[in-house]
Amino acid sequence: MERTTLDLWVGMFVVAGIASLVFLAMKVGNLGTYNMSNTYELHAYFSNVGGLKPKASIKDAGVLVGRVVSINLDTNRYEADVVMHIDKRYQFPKDTFANILTSGLLGEQYIGLMPGGDTEMLKNGDRIKQTQSAMVLEDLISKFMFSKAAEPAATK
Amino acid sequence: MAFIKTIRGIGHRVINAVWRIGVAARFFFLTIIYSGNSFRRFNLIIKELFSSGVMSLIIIIVAGLFVGMVLGLQGYETLKRYGSESALGVMVALGLVRELGPVMAALLFASRAGSAMTAEIGLMKATEQISAMEMMAVNPIARIVAPRFWAGVISMPLLAALFSAVGIFGGYLVGVVQIGVDEGSFWSQMQAAVDFREDVLNGVIKSLVFGTVVTLIALFEGFDAPPTAEGVSGATTRTVVTSSLAILMLDFVLTAIMFRGA
Repeated sequence: MERTTLDLWVGMFVVAGIASLVFLAMKVGNLGTYNMSNTYELHAYFSNVGGLKPKASIKDAGVLVGRVVSINLDTNRYEADVVMHIDKRYQFPKDTFANILTSGLLGEQYIGLMPGGDTEMLKNGDRIKQTQSAMVLEDLISKFMFSKAAEPAATK
Repeated sequence: MAFIKTIRGIGHRVINAVWRIGVAARFFFLTIIYSGNSFRRFNLIIKELFSSGVMSLIIIIVAGLFVGMVLGLQGYETLKRYGSESALGVMVALGLVRELGPVMAALLFASRAGSAMTAEIGLMKATEQISAMEMMAVNPIARIVAPRFWAGVISMPLLAALFSAVGIFGGYLVGVVQIGVDEGSFWSQMQAAVDFREDVLNGVIKSLVFGTVVTLIALFEGFDAPPTAEGVSGATTRTVVTSSLAILMLDFVLTAIMFRGA
């Protein structure tokens, strides 16, 4: 096969296109950043998940350790059943505490893990027993209002 | 009588339009059937890749750079009000990868390469080159249409990806280099927000659909053009108008399907 300058130009075009696709995947997208292939599964019941969504991050001490996979309503308990995938490198004790926290005042919600002191570790498919629900702004405001409304009667 | 004439006119136009759609569908089918030949003679596709893909590179790169720079400026102005300038990278990247990259690249491709295809094929028809080919028992759809079709389908996603990548670089230039948004948060928030499957791959699918539709419209208009100077010029205009409208409408439909739940 003879080679022509045409082939060279077309080759350069294709290489440039594929290179920008790789750039989009690796540098712009999340394909290159966090590889979640080696994970184990944990469950937790929350009485209120607030604005938590699948793919939300799970952090311990601010470090990303996993992601929320799915959130379903368990109709036996009427509580949210949250399935999490945690990186295999990170093991957590049995009495780990799971909180739904908010990054910033109005930011995204994520699950914060607080490890306890148990010597036994959580295994694949285990359930985190101690959980704390999301902070719902309306509840906080109404609590504040009720306590304010109750105050004057006591002080007057 | 004038009333009946108007109604007859409308009916005639509607029937004609439906007829053309039917012919276009048959044309598309024939193109797919005869594309086996053009893959065996890949040189033909390479030649068309050069004239539709490589020749569109400059307009795509320059347009992408400026669109990205404008996004950077406007995004900064708006995000500054909410004190979230660090989300500039997210805005620029999502806007380009999901929407502007595929759509703008397809619009540019339609007016840069699509119109050229229509004019070329229309002129071939006007100068009876196509009849000559049929006379020599060369199938014009296999020889002329199919290579151009596949060149368009192959080059469109590449051009759209290039547009997005250059646009993000343009947004980086304005946002980080010129205005001084923090470089780390620009890239890291972008990586956290842009999902490969949800955003990048959906953008590629969009541009594949646009590439198919734009090249098909361009080739069909050329093939269907009346073999006169006026006919070719009209067909070229129709290519640009029809494919631009088709891109924008299809974009809405695809976006509604892809990003409904997110």
